[in-house]
Amino acid sequence: MATVYDIDSGGREPALEARNLSVAYGGREVVRAVSLAIPANSVVALVGPSGCGKTSLLRCFNRMNDLTPGARVTGEVLFHGQDLYHPAVDPARVRQRIGMVFQTPNPFPKSIFDNVAFGPRVNGFEGDLNRRVEESLKRAALWDEVSDRLAEPAGKLSAGQKQRLCIARALAVGPEILLMDEPASELDPRASQRIEELIYALKRDYTIVIVTHNLQQAARISEYTAFLQGGELVEYGPTDVIFTKPREERTETYVTGRFG
Amino acid sequence: MRGGRGVTPVGPGGPGSPTVPGDPGAPRRSGGAGDGLGGLGWGGRSRRRLAKGRAFEVAALLATLLGVAALAALLGDLLLDGVRHLSSHFFTSFASRFPERAGIRAPLVGTLWLMGLTAMLAIPVSVGAAVFLEEYAPSGWFARAIRTNIATLAGVPSIVYGILGLALFVRALGLGRSVISGALTLSILVMPIIILAAQEAIRAVPRGVREAAYALGATRWQVVWHQVLPLAFPGILSGAILAVSRAVGETAPLIMIGAMSFIAFTPGSLGDPFTALPIQIFHWASRPQEEFQALAAAAILVLLALVLGMNGLAAIVRHRARQGE
Repeated sequence: MATVYDIDSGGREPALEARNLSVAYGGREVVRAVSLAIPANSVVALVGPSGCGKTSLLRCFNRMNDLTPGARVTGEVLFHGQDLYHPAVDPARVRQRIGMVFQTPNPFPKSIFDNVAFGPRVNGFEGDLNRRVEESLKRAALWDEVSDRLAEPAGKLSAGQKQRLCIARALAVGPEILLMDEPASELDPRASQRIEELIYALKRDYTIVIVTHNLQQAARISEYTAFLQGGELVEYGPTDVIFTKPREERTETYVTGRFG
Repeated sequence: MRGGRGVTPVGPGGPGSPTVPGDPGAPRRSGGAGDGLGGLGWGGRSRRRLAKGRAFEVAALLATLLGVAALAALLGDLLLDGVRHLSSHFFTSFASRFPERAGIRAPLVGTLWLMGLTAMLAIPVSVGAAVFLEEYAPSGWFARAIRTNIATLAGVPSIVYGILGLALFVRALGLGRSVISGALTLSILVMPIIILAAQEAIRAVPRGVREAAYALGATRWQVVWHQVLPLAFPGILSGAILAVSRAVGETAPLIMIGAMSFIAFTPGSLGDPFTALPIQIFHWASRPQEEFQALAAAAILVLLALVLGMNGLAAIVRHRARQGE
């Protein structure tokens, strides 16, 4: 069932648009014909029970599914009118424009500086690298905590700091869109809250798509929420509508906490 | 250990009980359970189970001691026979018909040549192959077939590689009975082992590191070069050192390709004939005179020191990598 949901994006151009997007792993379809548009400079939450395909859908948006053996993606993902899955598109270039933050904080076993500098370096950045690293760390609200120990290994940071470092690392490449896969689920409440505040601050400059199984979090930080179940997009709309008066009964059952 | 002697049987891992070297996991596990349940009292079944565990531990200890004792006996015997020959004269002299004049200059230099050349030839090719198999090869039947075959090749008897070396390098390529033929033959011999070790080291690089690098727009080459290889390097290096140390002890393939056993010069170029320590040892040990047997023992000591030194180096590389994490 393919449904294009018209959402009131306040006249903003969609930053990203999925059209009839399906993902299958070795013949097992985990995302079925999803169509949705992500408005620019907004936070869109993908929610749903475990195994509903929300992470698989997210990983289509920067072609990370290419790295999963046996994954097959059909349909289109439009980014500035260009299909990301067109054969002429270089996935590495896609990922420079569309960054990603993972569930488990995964800094490289290198120094704090080298972690942030890696993206600009591999992308042939020719400007002032020190400034780029500083700016990125500031945007990720980590600069004040690490400015005097940039040469220390990233492994020494706390889990919450590591995750903010991963966000800084993603920002250093200069993306337009940030994909986040349950970025706060492995953090303690305080560190989790800091990530949420950060996401809220970042949406001024970036479009953010976040997968979360934490409904309160989705309600707090997102403007639009997409509810997926069994690989299908059940409902997509402004977050307050999804949480207060959803059109679909399945959505209501889920958001009121009757399962999942 | 909590509890009095009559209440709690001294479990494995308790004070004073022997632990099995090389298997720290098992005793520690049962020790933990014993500590945790110390005050709860033990039924007859637990007693029997503990006795069984203890019996197994003793058996494992005996097996270990057997191996250590055999090695100690061997070393002791060698030292007794050979150590008196270990003078500077022994290292600087060529082979001779007279045992008191004979030395290992030619085979030692030959072995060092073989070691260096084999490492230079085998390591880059093997690492390249491992990178291809782990990072590039599609996961279809082709790659699976190659992987299986490499594992099989690592188990092929070395004499078979000797025959291959004779046919391919000595005859077909016309390299003759030269040190380069020997090194090429040994390289093919150790390549499967290095490839397997390198594959394992590459596979041990956390998935998160790869994903993070790809997600930052790195190309496959950049991910491999900047993230995967530096992290896999200690594992690759220690595997490569162990493989080359195995090659150093190989005799059969070198005899097969026609290494000399009696030469009075050291190789000066890749095309020169050569001999190697294991061949010299074999040659001396097969002489009837007792004096030559003692020379063989001395040469074995040198070879052992070389191999053990390399194994130690591999262990240091692994240890330092683990500390660096």
